[in-house]
Amino acid sequence: MKDMTPETDTLEVRIWRGRDEGRFETYEVPARENQTVLDVVSEVQRHHEPALAYRFACRVGVCGSCAMTVNGKPRWTCRTHVQKVVDGGALTIEPLRNMPRIKDLATDMTDFFDKWHRAGGRFEGTRTRHDPIQPVDPESRARKNANAGIECINCAVCYAACDVVAWDDDYVGPAALNRAWTLLNDEKHGDQRGTLDAATAAGGCGSCHTQGSCMKHCPVGISPTRSIAGIKRMSLMDFLNMRGK
Amino acid sequence: MTEARLFALQRLSAMVLGPLVLVHLGVILYATRTGLTADALLERTTSSVLWPVFYGLFVVMAAIHAPIGLRNVLREWTPLPDRLVDWAMAAFALILLVMGLRAVWAVTGGVS
Ligand code: SF4
Ligand code: SF4
Ligand code: FES
Repeated sequence: MKDMTPETDTLEVRIWRGRDEGRFETYEVPARENQTVLDVVSEVQRHHEPALAYRFACRVGVCGSCAMTVNGKPRWTCRTHVQKVVDGGALTIEPLRNMPRIKDLATDMTDFFDKWHRAGGRFEGTRTRHDPIQPVDPESRARKNANAGIECINCAVCYAACDVVAWDDDYVGPAALNRAWTLLNDEKHGDQRGTLDAATAAGGCGSCHTQGSCMKHCPVGISPTRSIAGIKRMSLMDFLNMRGK
Repeated sequence: MTEARLFALQRLSAMVLGPLVLVHLGVILYATRTGLTADALLERTTSSVLWPVFYGLFVVMAAIHAPIGLRNVLREWTPLPDRLVDWAMAAFALILLVMGLRAVWAVTGGVS
């Protein structure tokens, strides 16, 4: 039967207010047929709670800034339809976990991004603008590996989903390692050695338990689990001196 | 020793241990099912170089594999300082190695 939700229906929305100390506030928001979780949060901010803190920018799933915990799961809110996640007419919206809270729905992502560097995520070019462009075979195995992880939008959904991140502060997390894996498969990256050493150092790929929450929740369908397994394999090959160039 | 190296050693020792463990279990089943006496067992283990080589390798691999795994667990789940864990695990590896090789020697030492 088609959902004929009339405009007068309401959603009961519980939103976390405060920092570590705080409380859930409940708001009534009209339920519409086509509505994302971010729409709901914006509606609350515009009409009920002008001081509500939250982040978004693109509203179309590109910038990676709008992720929150929705009914217990980490999600990109701008591309999450209420109909898909609503539970008995209710939504509970909290900040992402595994990052320090700032206020309401906004978290401090500094560590998350610093860890990208710790995992060797900085690209080092080898040519200048005066050199000819380096050709890359799109069909090569390495390029296919890189492509599989390259569309990451830095949303930290995987980082919030990972239990190892939750209990081990030192672990750099799935997104940082996925980034390292794309660089390790990028022929144009000049510091392969440095990236492999960083990604396999303490708190790196060895800390992953292959538990798979990251790939289950990644909104763009990346599997950091697979990328991390790739780094482990590469590090083993490197140890045996069998790594292809 | 780098983390990457420890990781590689743990994986490689696991690959060697896999088949060794299966053979070991098979031997246990065989020995208990057929009701071999201790004397008969010792006679067999001392009569071939295969056994000291087999269990010597087993001990060396276990002495590499177990401390690395235990180190991971201790680092992740206890507040012990990393250096303390490292030293304790190095000692653990040594103990496994010495005790294991002693045991192998004890049951196969008579090889002529
Ligand atoms: S696969 Fe690894 S990184 Fe992904 S959620 Fe599990 S432990 Fe975390
Ligand atoms: S890997 Fe996926 S979930 Fe993780 S930061 Fe990138 S896009 Fe987000
Ligand atoms: S607002 Fe940019 S990804 Fe959601």
